[in-house]
Amino acid sequence: MSNTNSGNGGNGVKLPIYMDNHATTPLDPRVLQAMMPYLTEVFGNAASRNHEFGWRAEQAVETAREQIAKLIGASAKEIIFTSGATESNNLALKGVADMYREKGNHIITQVIEHKATLDSCKRLEKEGFRITYLPVQKDGRIDMEDLKRAMDDKTILVSIMAANNEIGALQPIREIGKLCHERGVLFHTDAVQIAGKAPFNVIDDNVDLASISGHKLYGPKGVGALYVRRRNPRVQLVAQIDGGGHERGMRSGTLNVPGIVGLGAACEFARLEMADEMKTMQGLRDNLRDQIMSQLDEVYINGSWEHRLPNNLNISFAFVEGESLLMGINDIAVSSGSACTSATLEPSYVLKALGAGDDLAHSSIRFGLGRFNTQAEVDYVAKRVVDVVKKLRELSPLYEMHKEGIDLTKVQWAAEPGH
Amino acid sequence: MAYSDKVLDHYTNPRNVGSLDKASAEVGTGLVGAPECGDVMKLQIKVNPETKVIEEAKFKTFGCGSAIASSSLATEWVKGKTVDEALTIKNTDIVKELSLPPVKIHCSVLAEDAIRAAISDWKKKQA
Repeated sequence: MSNTNSGNGGNGVKLPIYMDNHATTPLDPRVLQAMMPYLTEVFGNAASRNHEFGWRAEQAVETAREQIAKLIGASAKEIIFTSGATESNNLALKGVADMYREKGNHIITQVIEHKATLDSCKRLEKEGFRITYLPVQKDGRIDMEDLKRAMDDKTILVSIMAANNEIGALQPIREIGKLCHERGVLFHTDAVQIAGKAPFNVIDDNVDLASISGHKLYGPKGVGALYVRRRNPRVQLVAQIDGGGHERGMRSGTLNVPGIVGLGAACEFARLEMADEMKTMQGLRDNLRDQIMSQLDEVYINGSWEHRLPNNLNISFAFVEGESLLMGINDIAVSSGSACTSATLEPSYVLKALGAGDDLAHSSIRFGLGRFNTQAEVDYVAKRVVDVVKKLRELSPLYEMHKEGIDLTKVQWAAEPGH
Repeated sequence: MAYSDKVLDHYTNPRNVGSLDKASAEVGTGLVGAPECGDVMKLQIKVNPETKVIEEAKFKTFGCGSAIASSSLATEWVKGKTVDEALTIKNTDIVKELSLPPVKIHCSVLAEDAIRAAISDWKKKQA
């Protein structure tokens, strides 16, 4: 990392500050400690059935399987290890589609899913499946009536994420799952953002398949899991990776033992500490919001406030463009929905789906709080953000027009063609 | 994304930020871009009625760092030039000066548009 932005922010604050925990989380040192033996002396292949090295690796994997299952209310046999949540989502959608294509060819999802889900659906569309992409309401949640209307006798699967990665909006998964079970439709949820952060239970929430990622809950990258329900109903999948028949034939490939041990340990810590951690996250998050909103006008929260992950804050700073704001707070790691910060040069499709207007998407910043953030960091971030927004608003012709009482939505903008 | 030192300099110390009296006959105002596209530039010039020299230039920009730098640089360049000389400034000159990457070329195009729009507005007032 370049050292231009590193240093001391006062009050014991070390720079740069990491507040982008929806993108990834740092590895918890306790998790690393649990993994270390499996990166060194316990290097065995968990599929080696005839010697001590293999047995110890297998034992570690089974312990991790139990730890993961316990976090989400599943049983150990229902956990399939993968390389991460992208693979879990691919396996859930394509595996179910391949298995149940005789029964029906209709799948329902929503527009603000992660690309791993949306792109899997697009692939299935090319193979002849019919996909319904439900819209979301202004608060980032689907309308249950829309879902009811979308279901028909060809519907085999509903895939709706538990919590959104940009705006933290919690979907009504319990109701979705209940409806699915009444109609005999399978329910998959991308649980990447909720697992370990807020209560999630596959039994209570009526979930049949759930995707989890290691590196979103202070575990390592390159490991994930898919929960596959074994009874009421028993879910079957067609494997998407063929090979040695590992993971009950659903996902072949030598198991990533150190990664799996890390994922297991991360789930164990998350389960034991969730109640306290949720309170801490929410306290810091609410404080950050209060500090920002008490000092700035024309600031908007994106997505539901009530149904939201405790560690998410997504704000649009009207009249300020997101990338220029990030540039001003370059000692703080956060994300923006601005087009300029995306690979596609399009503003966030999630924020656009809320219908708030592209201009607010360009002006959005996502703060993702995590286990290692402190109140001193929140104070520093709030102050920096307020200062830079004020400075950029002095520079903003839109803020000037707004102050003159001009309604910006009524202005005839002379945009370049093609923009 | 890495920014060039010149972009960072203009972003940190933007030149000629502010507004001129848009009702004045000597002032031309250009407002280009759109909020939905993520960038809007307002560039104003004050022209000496005798010499046609641009004596003052001000800007305000909503946009990324490269858009801010492009418009800040544009005000620096038009100042002291006659209106006709200012019209010869090309977006490619801005790209070169600021070492803008390909994805940021539209920022320089917008800055050139802003110069032209300001001059065109001033010319209308002279008619």
